[in-house]
Amino acid sequence: MAALTMQAGAEIDGFTIGERVHRGGMATLWTVTHPGITVPLLMKVPLTSEGEDPAAIVSFEMEQMILPRLSGPHVPACFGTGDFERQAYVVMERIPGQTLYKRLDALPLPYEEVRVIGGKVATALASLHRQNVIHHDIKPSSIMFRERGEAVLIDFGLSHHQHLPDLLQEEFRLPYGTAPYMAPERLLGVRDDPRSDLFSLGVLLYFFTTGVRPFGETETLRGMRRRLWRDPIPPRKLMPDYPPWLQEIVLRCLEIDPAARYPTAAQLAFDLGHPEQVKLTARAQRQNRDPFGTVWRRRFNLGAAPPQPKSDVAAQLASSPIVAVALDLGEGTETLNETIRVTAEQVLSTSPSARLACVNVLKLNRLAIDRTHDEQGQNKHIDRLVALQHWARPFRLEEGRLTVHVLEAIDPAAAILEFAAVNLVDHIIIGARQSSMRRTLLGSVSAKVAGEAPCTVTVVRPSRLTPATDADDNDGAAEAAATPPALF
Amino acid sequence: MRLALFADIHANRQAFAACLDAARARGAERLICLGDIVGYGADPEWAVDTVKDLVAKGAIAVRGNHDNAIGVPSDSMNADAQAAIDWTRSRLSGEQKEFLAELPMSREEDNRLYVHSEASDPAKWRYVRDTADAARSMMATELQITFCGHIHRPGLYSMSPTAKMTSFVPTAGVAVQLLTGRRWLAVLGSVGQPRDGDPAASFAMFDTASREITYYRVPYDVATAAARIKANGLPHWLADRLSIGR
Repeated sequence: MAALTMQAGAEIDGFTIGERVHRGGMATLWTVTHPGITVPLLMKVPLTSEGEDPAAIVSFEMEQMILPRLSGPHVPACFGTGDFERQAYVVMERIPGQTLYKRLDALPLPYEEVRVIGGKVATALASLHRQNVIHHDIKPSSIMFRERGEAVLIDFGLSHHQHLPDLLQEEFRLPYGTAPYMAPERLLGVRDDPRSDLFSLGVLLYFFTTGVRPFGETETLRGMRRRLWRDPIPPRKLMPDYPPWLQEIVLRCLEIDPAARYPTAAQLAFDLGHPEQVKLTARAQRQNRDPFGTVWRRRFNLGAAPPQPKSDVAAQLASSPIVAVALDLGEGTETLNETIRVTAEQVLSTSPSARLACVNVLKLNRLAIDRTHDEQGQNKHIDRLVALQHWARPFRLEEGRLTVHVLEAIDPAAAILEFAAVNLVDHIIIGARQSSMRRTLLGSVSAKVAGEAPCTVTVVRPSRLTPATDADDNDGAAEAAATPPALF
Repeated sequence: MRLALFADIHANRQAFAACLDAARARGAERLICLGDIVGYGADPEWAVDTVKDLVAKGAIAVRGNHDNAIGVPSDSMNADAQAAIDWTRSRLSGEQKEFLAELPMSREEDNRLYVHSEASDPAKWRYVRDTADAARSMMATELQITFCGHIHRPGLYSMSPTAKMTSFVPTAGVAVQLLTGRRWLAVLGSVGQPRDGDPAASFAMFDTASREITYYRVPYDVATAAARIKANGLPHWLADRLSIGR
């Protein structure tokens, strides 16, 4: 093993070694170049000599298995791996800049800045979880940012991939990771719940907004176990001006029971992206920790909790989609909107943790300045919000599962598509316009959305038995052809 | 080279034919049969002739306990299995029985061991049910990767240089790289009588260059395989279990 000497100028599998840029407890990092690759590269080499922590090898093996399978802007691209027979390494894209760790001296940061950072990290986690991977070491030093702004997650040495052997499974008797950020269930040996990453992100949000770690810096197992029953001091107790919506988000991430947290990173990103729509519960105003009776029951009923079945990452994400309903609120849309409601009810009934985002587009004039908008625009906007709320009321959705959005745009289809992309929407429900005259003039919004959406789209139209006021069924059928089959 | 590995065919013609087609479609260059060609199923003559033909063309086959019981009566089988063995014995020609009797207990190839049950004592026909069973097998061989079957449920075990074990139920269709830094025991599911709740036939492919193993599930004509078991007077449970994969 390690027959090659790692030094500047040496060559391994076509990669020429440059300078050593980092030496950590588990691995060293070198810059490398390759004639066929133009992006800056980094080679990670594990410390494997005698007497080194065996964790260094195992976590390197995990990274070696997981990193080549990941894709997208939220992870460093992987360009090659070498195994232990000769020289173990992983070559990945070098992300310029610093990790969030460099910001610790500046804490606490402004709430707005932390909201934006948190939203980016939650979006990155959503992408990772959709690839069946749980990071398990979310902390400032494992988060970087691309120049375009996307968060990049690094260091997958403690990660869990749902479809790969978990080499850390029996390797360590104690949970392995970064103590201040570790989710309580990790202390019970649970490694397959993506909501553990949401807890870690909650710790980061708390720390970055208050300058205080919610569970201290304890490294002992005894000290770490306290978080299984003891909730953190509410941020508002530390910072009187702490926004209630932010406390709502942070404390929900830090819920001891994973089921009480956000069901998915995408839903967390959604709330961080729409703070004004965060549904405030008792959490938002809390000034004190849970009373001792509650803590006591939690602590001594631990053993009584029924064993949890092994969770399925993909199934959990699938049960918690973000569903966007695009509604036209104009004259004569009542029948269609009623049909959309029935479809949305069917989707929500099979997905107990789904969120519903009701979207309406306030169309702007293409050429002239819209004078009615100038004079009455504000009223129009509020009228639409009220109408969306009214439409959604029969769902009786609890605790922040419903949001309403009025988008102002020239092109309704483009606005809906952008909303879906930015908010990580899983499923769009949209009505097919019934009037052939309007469709001819304006183009089919639903066809464009169905054709270009980054997710599942259901195009709804009232049954043919329903007497439509001005419907042209034949014309509508062409629109249905563009619709993928319903998935439920 | 791309290996296709089949365990526990158990004279299920419909399942084995479907798996062979699937393996060839995925570019299999070498076939490995991990034992139990016969027993339980209704097409033992076809199964033996097919494997024999494959071996003549370069495939590797090792002996399973059911193959063994044709020539060496076993006293450890349950009544249904015993009934099937007695029926099978009456069906096979002398030449077919001889082929089964001469199968090796295990075979080595490069850094790989092929064996039906496990490596510590192949003739004892022990099952690999957990990490302790897997560790016993892995301690008994110097080779990096062992492929076995026998338990009819897919599993993938690894042992680190410090003898820490991991266990994993493979996801069908997802390749797993068998890292060189540790040793591996790949337990194949069954071609002809799956018992993990999924009635689809199970086999695996291993790419010796990338060191990636991929387990596959192949749907096949269960109804015909089950009907043939009943039509030949074999115990009905042997037919019924095929449709539930138990």
